[in-house]
Amino acid sequence: MTRLAQRNLPAADVLIRGAHLYDPVEGVDRTADLLVRSGRIVQIGEGLDAPPDVRVVSGAHRTVLPGLVDPHVHLRVPGQEHKEDCASGSAAAAAGGYTTILSMPNTDPVIDSGTTLEAALERAAEGAVIPVGFLAAISVGRAGESLTEMRDLAARGAAGFTDDGSPVESPRLLRRALQYVRPLGLPLALHEEEPSLTRGGHMHEGAVSATLGLGAWPSIAETLMVARDIRLAELEDARIHLQHLSSRGSVEEVARGRERGVRVSSEASPHHLTLTDAAVRSLDGNVKMNPPLGSEDDRQALIEGLRSGVIDCIATDHAPHALHEKEVPFEAAAFGVTGLETALPILLEELVEPGLVPLATILRAMTEGPCSAFDLERPALRVGAAANLALWDLAAPWTVGDAPFKSRSANSCFLGRRVRGRCLLTIAAGRIAHDETDRKAVSAV
Amino acid sequence: MTDTRRHLLAMDDVGADDIERILETAAGFEDVVERDVKKVPTLRGRTVVNLFYESSTRTSASFELAAKRLSADVVSVKAAGSSVDKGESLKDTISTLNAYRPNIIVIRHPQIGAAQLTARWSDAHVVNAGDGKHQHPTQCLLDLYTIRKRLGRLDGVKVAIVGDVLHSRVARSNIAGFQLMGLDVTLVGPPALIPPGIAEATGVRIAEDPAAIGDADVVYVLRMQHERMEPGQNHVPSLREYASVWGVTARRLRPGQVVMHPGPMNRGVEIAPDVADSSASLIGEQVEAGLVVRMAVLYDLMTRPGVGGVIDLHERTAERGAA
Repeated sequence: MTRLAQRNLPAADVLIRGAHLYDPVEGVDRTADLLVRSGRIVQIGEGLDAPPDVRVVSGAHRTVLPGLVDPHVHLRVPGQEHKEDCASGSAAAAAGGYTTILSMPNTDPVIDSGTTLEAALERAAEGAVIPVGFLAAISVGRAGESLTEMRDLAARGAAGFTDDGSPVESPRLLRRALQYVRPLGLPLALHEEEPSLTRGGHMHEGAVSATLGLGAWPSIAETLMVARDIRLAELEDARIHLQHLSSRGSVEEVARGRERGVRVSSEASPHHLTLTDAAVRSLDGNVKMNPPLGSEDDRQALIEGLRSGVIDCIATDHAPHALHEKEVPFEAAAFGVTGLETALPILLEELVEPGLVPLATILRAMTEGPCSAFDLERPALRVGAAANLALWDLAAPWTVGDAPFKSRSANSCFLGRRVRGRCLLTIAAGRIAHDETDRKAVSAV
Repeated sequence: MTDTRRHLLAMDDVGADDIERILETAAGFEDVVERDVKKVPTLRGRTVVNLFYESSTRTSASFELAAKRLSADVVSVKAAGSSVDKGESLKDTISTLNAYRPNIIVIRHPQIGAAQLTARWSDAHVVNAGDGKHQHPTQCLLDLYTIRKRLGRLDGVKVAIVGDVLHSRVARSNIAGFQLMGLDVTLVGPPALIPPGIAEATGVRIAEDPAAIGDADVVYVLRMQHERMEPGQNHVPSLREYASVWGVTARRLRPGQVVMHPGPMNRGVEIAPDVADSSASLIGEQVEAGLVVRMAVLYDLMTRPGVGGVIDLHERTAERGAA
């Protein structure tokens, strides 16, 4: 059973008065009061009485959304706390309206044993303001040679398995992992990259890499592995979750696999949905990530995939790095960008506002999609459910980077961009995790 | 943002008028280098830092000499033997050198974008003397100077750039600068050494047939850059096969064609020794042009209208603080 860990904060007693409640998965779309008592949603309705010990928050011109779920975050715990830790990373998540996140095991040491997993969960129990789960590695040391003790890791609460940051290069090892994990019911989350085609690559192969001279990373490197792994999952009748898809070919392969009934879920990141390799012309280390930003055609395919449901999760791949790891020539810069605090705001600005993707689709991919891929309880605006929700001013414009990040790192690829949507209050598993309700009239700024 | 007009970072930032002005200035410096006393006082009291993170003969020597011919104070820093050996970051090295208030920093670095970062982190005018596989703008300018001097024109001249375009900063600068000045550029080489997307990005023609060099007025030969080729990449099966198929030899040239090479050459690989030493070869002229063109570039940055000259450090520092 997946274990989620969170600091033992006091349970919330909050009445949100007169907000627009919007949860498309639950079929909620109305203006009403919402009462949280001892961390549970106990009442939804008009003109609710405010019990004396309950804090009342105005919801006028604001929207309550279900808490978002990110299945792909790098909290850098254990071992790389100069980039992020459970407290800072979960605070960043809460500020982005997230109420559950899953952290990746490409840490130092790698989370590949029961003891490291338990240590990481303890750190989350001490520091995390929202529930945090951890995936464990597929292979020992993420070296791609021998399987981790997956039964033990599952018993101790691993949310799934991944060698994220690297592909499982050997098809034999992946096949063994799929066989071994099948009875556990946990998904394997796969970083798809054929390394012989990406060696020396720093950006997407195309017109921009041709003129910059940067080592090129062809899309086919992802698509080949996606095709291979869908076939292997089909062969072993196992579940796979494909991380951070970035190319048209990969979306097409997932669609074909789904048609054949393969149990495959997939992610796209806010940056791959909103930026292209043209951004790399700046040679700014903050637009360097793995997989790299693709072409406009790839981006369009990801948007179509999101609309059609072929891509069922939006995941940030929040990958914090210290300033000195990014303020270097592009080829020396670390791969990865932060994303928790900007995910919904950039999607509201770039996809929802222009009418490209409905908000309902985005929210499904940020709640229902990841919860069903990783068997997590879905945050819902429903009486009786634990309070996993956030109060938003969805129209509020702001500029990324103007205010300091909650994350320990600032390597956002959206620095300086205008976005919209301010998260004012986040209640995660019934506890207040983020509170900016005293920021007055943000949208008037 | 970096004001690219204060610097010479990439040929994509430069206009045809800039190129004309620099080539004209370079021509004016010809008589200086022919004089008995080869020095003019133009940059007296100015400081030029040459910061070289990669080995170089002609570029570093010609920049140093160019600055000295213009009476500037010159400091040459090589990565080997400097604090770079001790793990100092580029940012810290630039900050340190910037404290000496140089007017111009000339930088060569193995990584793409190093010159742009230098421009961001210093108050000086920055000249990119080669950043990885990206750009080498003064090479392009001296090549244009050499072509015009020999052929008397630039517009309509047909150039075949032959060989390892993939790893070549010279090719990237030359494609941009040559097209800007109206030259007609074709890339000739084995497919794995032509960067995918280059035709789409620039509009150059690509020929996978070695015979395509026959159409060119100028055959521009690139060096096979083994040091940038990672093991196992197999861009070509062997240097022997490359030389036999793509090497520019006397029998592949027709009368009237000229041959250029940015150096250093691998004689017997991309270019036959007899071609390099023939009357068709402009390689010596390119080296000579390097000196006057680099003098012109240094002079131009210090005198360019609106952006040249002595820098108001207070203003620049305030500007960077606000960014």
